[in-house]
Amino acid sequence: MDPREPRLLGTQCRACGTYFFPAERTFCRNPACDEADLREVELSRTGKLWSYTSANYKPPAPFVAKEPFEPFAIAAVELEEEGITILGQVADGLGVEALEAGMPMELVLRELYQDDEHIYMTWNWKPMDGGGA
Amino acid sequence: MTKEVAVLGAGMHPWGKWGQSFIGYGVKAAQDALKDAGLRWQDIQLVAGGDTIRNGYPGYVAGATFAQALGWSGAKVSSSYGACATGAQAISVARAHILAGLCDVALVIGADAAPKGFFAPTGGHRPEDPDWLRFHVQGITNPTYFGLYARRRMDVYGATPRDFAAVKVKNAKHGVHNPNARYKKEVQIEDVLGSAVVADPLHLLDICATSDGAAALVLSSMDFARRHTTDPVKIAAVSTVTPVYPNTIIEMPNLSTDSSAGVGLPEIGFKESIAHGAYEEAGLGPEDMSLAEVYDLSTALELDWYEQIGLCAPGDAEKLLRDGDTTIGGRVPVNPSGGLASFGEAVPAQAIAQVCELTWQLRGQAEGRQVEGAKAGVTVNQGLFGHGSSVICTL
Repeated sequence: MDPREPRLLGTQCRACGTYFFPAERTFCRNPACDEADLREVELSRTGKLWSYTSANYKPPAPFVAKEPFEPFAIAAVELEEEGITILGQVADGLGVEALEAGMPMELVLRELYQDDEHIYMTWNWKPMDGGGA
Repeated sequence: MTKEVAVLGAGMHPWGKWGQSFIGYGVKAAQDALKDAGLRWQDIQLVAGGDTIRNGYPGYVAGATFAQALGWSGAKVSSSYGACATGAQAISVARAHILAGLCDVALVIGADAAPKGFFAPTGGHRPEDPDWLRFHVQGITNPTYFGLYARRRMDVYGATPRDFAAVKVKNAKHGVHNPNARYKKEVQIEDVLGSAVVADPLHLLDICATSDGAAALVLSSMDFARRHTTDPVKIAAVSTVTPVYPNTIIEMPNLSTDSSAGVGLPEIGFKESIAHGAYEEAGLGPEDMSLAEVYDLSTALELDWYEQIGLCAPGDAEKLLRDGDTTIGGRVPVNPSGGLASFGEAVPAQAIAQVCELTWQLRGQAEGRQVEGAKAGVTVNQGLFGHGSSVICTL
């Protein structure tokens, strides 16, 4: 996978076409589907902004907050092909004033935290036009 | 066969921050409900407890905890958990026992002692739990979801932060005369808009606090009730529905929705289906309701509920509020108790407290906040992970 164009890994049921994120690997949650034929798939890395908000106060553990805490925006992005909406922080410290419902968003990576052995990454959403306002 | 059960007694411990154990709150509420019913604790055949997950105590066995505190009597026990819908789960268990003829009279109790600030999941490293995962990888708290829904109302329906603030103003005014409310002070629009933004566009005063509190109900069969009272308030329906697949609206505590790629959308969404299930069971509709107690975790969520319980069409909630329809004295007062805005949330007690309020309103005992001539009322609430909760009470 191209690190400049990261994608979330989910699963899809081959029988009914339903997607799952986070990945569901043991059963298909579609009640009309008796199969459990789940394969790992890369999800679309772009979508449309459904709604957005902000976290102006530090969330409690198990969130690993930067010190000092910096408020961040949160986006709910609809992936068209998958028919799924995924939440994530908004990249680059952009605030809600840079966002507008319906705008195109893309997935980027951000370091969550690191320990002695690993750097843990997570996903962020970023306005594709760099943000309005 | 009738599906009705009687509400013989209602009792509450006032909401607040009292610094005591949830058990004591629950015992006080239970004793008040028993007194209201004119029964002794030893008369109770089933105790149905709503569990608390906090307090560093084996709160998951709340039913037995309350039974022990009230004095072991040999009564049957049940303990339920459904997050914010916990109380409805406990009511549902008690009602089912009564309707099945397994007991005649039951005591339902929910109590909590809540921590200050954001609710957080239990500790450890538990990535398989969506509630843990959303905090860990994205810092998403409960107000995040409230903010997303509020912004959506602004984008889709043209709602404004002033509309949201007006819900708080209304509920604060309702709560002033409620002896069990935590906050008994009127609030102005400017107070709300001047408070700190927590989850844009919502301010601190748009979002409910976390509180200590307890509520209890004595429920019985209609036969048992007739031997003890003349004209009891009745529970006509309890809806505890789950969503129908796929639920494509983002819900607490998830990071994502179901997918609509393989299956078409259900006829009505989850939140709409909750009260709908209760109306169907009672054979009543929103037009029959004299009042409603809805779960105003945020001001904007109360407006969503107006539409989701059928008080108005989608997009008309702001108008309903502005026209005074949902204020005491209006067409269908919403949250005459003062709602979560005046109480703060005591999770396992809250859905029971909603039914206590309906009981007092239908009896004409809601002093200072009475909905005149109230004949039927509906509660609605929703618990984390997909627990619907709606109760209809009638005279």
